[in-house]
Amino acid sequence: MSSETLIHLSLAVLLLPLAGFVLMMFFGRKLPRQGDWLATGISTVALLISLVVLYQKLTVMPGQEAVLNFPWINMHNLPGIGPITIVLGVGLDNLAAIMMVVVMIISALVHWFSIGYMEGDVRYSRYFGYLGLFTFSMLTIVLSNNLFLLYAGWELVGICSYLLIGHWYEKKSASNAGIKAFITNRIGDFGFLLGMLIFFTTFHTFGLKEIFAGLQSGTLPYGSEGWMTAAGVLIFCGAVGKSAQFPLHVWLPDAMEGPTPVSALIHAATMVAAGVYLIARTFPLMTAEALLVIAYIGVITAFISATIAIAQNDIKKVLAYSTISQLGYMVMGLGVGAYTAGFFHLVTHAMFKAGLFLGSGSVIHAMHHALHEQHDHHTDAQDIRNMGGLRERMPVTFWTFLMFTLAISGVPLTSGFLSKDEILAGTLAFGGMTGHVVVPIVAFLVAGLTAFYMFRLVILTFLGKHQDAARFPMVHETRWVMTVPLIILAVLSFFAFYSVNPFNASSGWIAHAVQRPESVVPASLAAADRETFGEALHHEHGLAMVLSLLVAGIGILVAFATYYWKRISAEDIAHRFAPVHRLLLNKWGFDDLYNAAVIGGTIAFSRMLRWFDNMIIDGAVNGTGWLTRGTSFVSGKFDTIVVDGLVNLIAYLSGFAGLVFRKFQTGKVQTYIFFAVGSMLVLYFVFRMV
Amino acid sequence: MEFTLLGIGILTWLTFLPVVGMAIVLLLPKEGKDTIRWTSLAFTALQLVLAVVLVLRFDRTLAGINSEAGMQFVEKATWIDIQSVAWFGRVHIEYFLGVDGLSVAMVLLTALISFIATISSWSITKSLKGYFALLLLLDTGMMGVFVALDFFLFYVFWEVMLLPMYFLIGVWGGPRREYAAIKFFLYTLLGSVLMLLAMIALYFSTNVFIDPAGVMYSITEAAKSGVQGLEKIHTFNLIAMMDPGNMVPGSLLAGWGTTWRYLAYGALFIGFAIKIPLFPFHTWLPDAHVEAPTPISVILAGVLLKMGAYGMLRISFPVFPDAMRHFSWELALLGVISMVYGALVAMAQSDFKKLIAYSSVSHMGIVVLGMASMTTQGMMGAVFQMFNHGTITAMLFLIVGVIYDRAHTRGIDEFGGLMNKMPRYAAVMTIAFFAALGLPGLSGFISEALSLLGAFQTFRTLTIIGAVTIVLTAGYMLWVLQRVFLGSLPEKWQGLTDMNGRETFMLATLAVIVIFLGIYPSPMLDLMNVSMSSLAGILHQAGAPAMMGLQ
Repeated sequence: MSSETLIHLSLAVLLLPLAGFVLMMFFGRKLPRQGDWLATGISTVALLISLVVLYQKLTVMPGQEAVLNFPWINMHNLPGIGPITIVLGVGLDNLAAIMMVVVMIISALVHWFSIGYMEGDVRYSRYFGYLGLFTFSMLTIVLSNNLFLLYAGWELVGICSYLLIGHWYEKKSASNAGIKAFITNRIGDFGFLLGMLIFFTTFHTFGLKEIFAGLQSGTLPYGSEGWMTAAGVLIFCGAVGKSAQFPLHVWLPDAMEGPTPVSALIHAATMVAAGVYLIARTFPLMTAEALLVIAYIGVITAFISATIAIAQNDIKKVLAYSTISQLGYMVMGLGVGAYTAGFFHLVTHAMFKAGLFLGSGSVIHAMHHALHEQHDHHTDAQDIRNMGGLRERMPVTFWTFLMFTLAISGVPLTSGFLSKDEILAGTLAFGGMTGHVVVPIVAFLVAGLTAFYMFRLVILTFLGKHQDAARFPMVHETRWVMTVPLIILAVLSFFAFYSVNPFNASSGWIAHAVQRPESVVPASLAAADRETFGEALHHEHGLAMVLSLLVAGIGILVAFATYYWKRISAEDIAHRFAPVHRLLLNKWGFDDLYNAAVIGGTIAFSRMLRWFDNMIIDGAVNGTGWLTRGTSFVSGKFDTIVVDGLVNLIAYLSGFAGLVFRKFQTGKVQTYIFFAVGSMLVLYFVFRMV
Repeated sequence: MEFTLLGIGILTWLTFLPVVGMAIVLLLPKEGKDTIRWTSLAFTALQLVLAVVLVLRFDRTLAGINSEAGMQFVEKATWIDIQSVAWFGRVHIEYFLGVDGLSVAMVLLTALISFIATISSWSITKSLKGYFALLLLLDTGMMGVFVALDFFLFYVFWEVMLLPMYFLIGVWGGPRREYAAIKFFLYTLLGSVLMLLAMIALYFSTNVFIDPAGVMYSITEAAKSGVQGLEKIHTFNLIAMMDPGNMVPGSLLAGWGTTWRYLAYGALFIGFAIKIPLFPFHTWLPDAHVEAPTPISVILAGVLLKMGAYGMLRISFPVFPDAMRHFSWELALLGVISMVYGALVAMAQSDFKKLIAYSSVSHMGIVVLGMASMTTQGMMGAVFQMFNHGTITAMLFLIVGVIYDRAHTRGIDEFGGLMNKMPRYAAVMTIAFFAALGLPGLSGFISEALSLLGAFQTFRTLTIIGAVTIVLTAGYMLWVLQRVFLGSLPEKWQGLTDMNGRETFMLATLAVIVIFLGIYPSPMLDLMNVSMSSLAGILHQAGAPAMMGLQ
């Protein structure tokens, strides 16, 4: 198959879900079964095509990239720059081909699962439409070979996430969660946008290849090393938002308000992994300092969320915090330079975490039905304290869930063991080379915590005795459309799909297909190169494996001791370390802090500005108007009283004078003579006196 | 390029068709309400068809701006010619129309919005005849502003627009209509007076030669051509004003970067800034919007707000490139303040219309920031943003109108759950709101992105501050969407009905444009590309080499 055919097939995979979206929005409700078969069929076909593309890509042209560019916006002859064309380019390299298959597997399985889970929903067809739009947007991110298109996809998945989290928007908490997700992501995107602007201003292109080439030729943004690092970190900000990294991780647990299959698709396997994918895409332009920031953000995220997960009782919330923690793991993996391992973990995690969410969906679905039959509207169907013993009633769900749990805990023979082990080896190598030993220490600690809280979840949900004996018999295993996807994902969580050797993935096909790209930043700014780091990683591999088995084992044992054998009392510990327990229950207080400081602050500020606008600015305008009217009133009065008054006064005075003097005008000569003589006499005496 | 119908140029048709319509409407009997409506609609529809034809025939390779040869569909005739008025000299004013890449998009926008506003006016019931007559007169004024290339003519159209607007708000508006109308009128008048002063100063500072046949020559052309019998006169010709060679030596505005030039630029600036409206000249807008009837809000936001920015690009920048360069940072600063401030004040509003009015302040701030960048990308983004803001905000005001017609309130907090009750309405509103918050795939995203791209090149820090708006806008837009559409429906709105065919038609038309230009913006961007490059070139050449270092 030629590279042209491959890229055209990729485009078909990209555009099919979009077509599905359009069809569903216009005709979905009129179709039989509200068109669920159409959406599901389209996603299944797209999955099959994507599998063909991946196979062909890896066998026929493993080292090349298939590219297709559409000139989109042409700007001719920009003064000082020359012509610029913004292209909508898609590119298919190994990374994109694998990611495309991952997205399509999860998407198709979620479509199938949703047929069962969303049965009878009020907005059934719209739900499937949105799934299509999401799949398209996500694939846009995956296939884009330039930052502009990537950013467009980035925003679009955000809006799909908003729409699907708020699917049951009659609930205030659901619509709030949707808004929170979108706004928090936008904060990260603000950084991403600035990073893009810096690169565009420097290189006048959005194309990643062109930017890399420009950097390789020695040009730095604003000619400064600081700006180079800053640009990388700003791009990473986008990933912090999308992949729910500290300090923007707060939206993901709330996003669990959405339907559970959505949580599996968007908030566990694909969209939240887009941040990790973005780091992988832009990896060559990250300086050593930028990578250090990335590594530490990953470490902090992994640790905080793993500790919170321990104290949660909502089955989906536990999984949500676990997702954040695992994303932190991937980010950390890329940050320390274990590129292949970070991406590999993305792939394996997508399978087992989507499985965990769909499994929890199956449990919630069954609990809902049982509660419904009991006419119980108070018991929370998602609270693990209301569950227990479900293994007997839901064997398929249990065994698949156990498989996923083993994988996420890093038990040998699972996919998770392979990928996690690589990351841990990477952190050890990184700690050894740079002296940042806190990274591997926390990484191993989190591995133990993960095993603990995941087995706590399994034990409380599936083992022991059910909390309500009357409800127990009403809980049933879910339909085949829901269990078959679980089985498929469980199968995909075995090591064998990724590597022949169950203990080392470095000879597996992913390790061959996805290799760390060389840095394009000047050598003085770059992290340790691929060979040096690779050797160190290889060297630490054995130690990492032993240690990871150890911590995982301890975590699982402690979980059994606490929740199954009840040798350790969880209540006791919670009581003894009450402040810590409270802190964990409050999710380290991030939500409270943000609500008070960020949201409260912004709203208070906006109210203040509204006052300022009404009172000061408009006040000034009205004041000017008032002043003008006042002045005109005064000048009017001045005109009528003073000016006119003066005129009138003069007229009056002359009138009065006339009145007086008229008396003298008698017309009689005697009178005139009398006045004349009299006046002369008066004058004579006056002059005499002087 | 020429294009005439019945011997009359297309631009004259475009401009004066509505006045013909007005005359006919005035002759119609008062009782024939539908006849009046359909007649008005027929004329605006015809105008829209002509505008589309104009765009299709427009040559995208010509720049225009400061070159008459680059102007298209030019119509030129002597309008006023008074041989000699004492010290005033000979007064020769031309009827000079033409379009370039800057105005052609605005012509299309004006025709489109007038058409939509006419459909929206179906719900007007009070003295229809007067209403539609004024609406059509307003249409002529707006179109004239965008096609006039003579400052005097421009000014006349600018003033023609003012009066119908005053009455349309003051008579057909809401409870505080008189306050709002007077405020609008006085504010704009203040701007007009300043503009008039600048115009007169420019008139006396510009010289051209004219031959007995009335053909104008710039000073340099005249020297080259060697034609005899030329007379030196002052002129209002905008293109002549852009040529520094035409400056009268020793006149008030002669020279480069002088105080008088800055003052004249400042006077023009205030006149235009009021119209945009730019912070702190914006407070007439919320009042005018809240009181104006829906179609007038649509026109106000869709077209009138564009005139300020258009005026700057058409007149202030090419005539005073020195002053523009000198004050570009301040201009960008005001743009950024408008962006952030408008968004924050919008967030605190509970009146639906007021909120959208402030969102307009914010969105027009992006236009100003893009313009101030003096880059092709930034200015293309700005003009495209003007067009997109016109369509998107028109949608938003129509959306408010739809709900106001039914519920007779605009209180955001009084609604909820309308999504289930009015699905068609919800669909267009979702599109409009997503477009307003800059979602990719919808037109607003591209224009905002281009504006920011250009602005970042010139003003790094200011653009970073301005870009905060993308978060704030998402915040208040989604918050409104939640309060109006999501949640459960209050008992009192159980009887609300979804949009009717007429409302759906208006909103769907605009939605299609917003989506189309969001996916494929080139048809619009190609129109303005060459012109904006030329304008950027004028600003770049304006005598200072340190341009690129401007941070």
